[in-house]
Amino acid sequence: MTEVETVLRELAPRVLAVLVKRYGQFDQCEDAVQEALLAAALQWPTEGVPANPTGWLVTVAGRRWTEQWRSDQARRRREAAFSREETPEVSGDDDELTLFLLCCHPALSVASQVALTLRAVGGLTTAEIARALLVPESTVGQRISRAKQQIRNAGTRFELPPPDQLPARVAAVRQVLYLIFNEGYTASSGPALHRVQLTAEAIRLTRQLHARRPGDGETAGLLALMLLTDARRAARTGPDGALVPLEEQDRTRWDAEAIAEGTALIEDALGTTEVGPFQLQAAIAAVHDEATSAAGTDWPQILVLYDLLVTVAPGPMATLGRIVALSMVDGPVAGLRALTDAEDALKGHHRLHAVRAHLLDRAGDHEAARAEYEVAARRTLSAPEQRYLWDRSRR
Amino acid sequence: MRFVILIRHNPQAVELWRQLSVEQREAGLAAYTALNEELEAAGEMVVSAALADPALARRVTVRDGETIATDGPYAEVKEHLAGFYLVECDSIERAVAYAARIPEAAHMEIEVRPVLDRISVDM
Repeated sequence: MTEVETVLRELAPRVLAVLVKRYGQFDQCEDAVQEALLAAALQWPTEGVPANPTGWLVTVAGRRWTEQWRSDQARRRREAAFSREETPEVSGDDDELTLFLLCCHPALSVASQVALTLRAVGGLTTAEIARALLVPESTVGQRISRAKQQIRNAGTRFELPPPDQLPARVAAVRQVLYLIFNEGYTASSGPALHRVQLTAEAIRLTRQLHARRPGDGETAGLLALMLLTDARRAARTGPDGALVPLEEQDRTRWDAEAIAEGTALIEDALGTTEVGPFQLQAAIAAVHDEATSAAGTDWPQILVLYDLLVTVAPGPMATLGRIVALSMVDGPVAGLRALTDAEDALKGHHRLHAVRAHLLDRAGDHEAARAEYEVAARRTLSAPEQRYLWDRSRR
Repeated sequence: MRFVILIRHNPQAVELWRQLSVEQREAGLAAYTALNEELEAAGEMVVSAALADPALARRVTVRDGETIATDGPYAEVKEHLAGFYLVECDSIERAVAYAARIPEAAHMEIEVRPVLDRISVDM
């Protein structure tokens, strides 16, 4: 990312918030800000960043908005109606949070929430989003315009929801940010030239959300989880693009700085706020990351954390993770027994077979393991995982 | 999640199409137009294509390093791909609902298949 791009992406949500508060009409303002960002991306690298970049962007976006406004008589009448309404005074921090909540509005499809968040809060262009998500630019354009139309239809005002709805709405934002992170956390090999790193964008946006909601333990937990997971990125893909499992990764290639930051974040959150699933997952990632070798992993501690996770947020992934941890503490036979007990709850989940294969291997039953790896390979929806599972079924 | 929707034809389907009245054909095409417009407006369309007649296909094999491309028609073929959609939906149920609106669904089987993604979550 160039320096100008960094500045523009930081300023984008602030400029948009100023405009929406001034003129109302989120969708028109968002278009105007996009045009201002594009103009800046063209001018600033040659003419230099202006002394007051936010002011510059607000002025240019405001001009674009006015041009649009003049060209539409019907809109003018609506605007006249709008300007008579009282606009509540809110702080800049609230504005950015409001923007996050608007982009992750429950009326929108998940794909629309992702696209709109990346554009309106992330300051990315439609083309950049399309390249990052590997879909045509027209598809992303449609997702954004439809999302804005749905927000308009829902009659949403640019203000924070009532306090009783706020936690659920912020939780929805976290889910979207986690999805963006996972979308970028792929095992693709080779340089992704001219492509936005979605993991980096997700971390950047989660930092913003965390800054707006510093006392929110789950947001801190999500940021920590992303940092602690992304720290392993360089080691998780082999030179041939194949997935390298945790126990075989070269831990010297892990990002010590990200691990230190993520660990500090999660330790602080766990000590001060109510515990939640992202915090527990981050804590588990932190235990893995602090071990200098796979053999040195503190599995009893991981098991304790999974015991909590299956209580706080039950689900197949938590159950399977707990069984893996149990097998590391009490041995593969105990793990296989727990897997049989949990089979009904895990029916149809491809990772059930992957975990069983792994445990059978460790218990010495390699033939049964190979068969289970094959079942898992046939059921997964992930290409890199499928490749890994097929490899294991032939070992 | 991405899904591919596969539309296959067989000789019976082709025969059925030939016997349709002009109005019936128009209605079928209109159904496709409406479906495409809706998929695009929803931002769920990734790509779609209707395929040319299978008689125009070439079959490619490489044997001992030599590429052999054979021209059609291929009389022995019982079924052929007539078209496909690649869609991105929040659920397979939604992709199935779109597939059900393909006119061929009334007399042929439409297949909805999940596409492998690049994502893998650490465990």
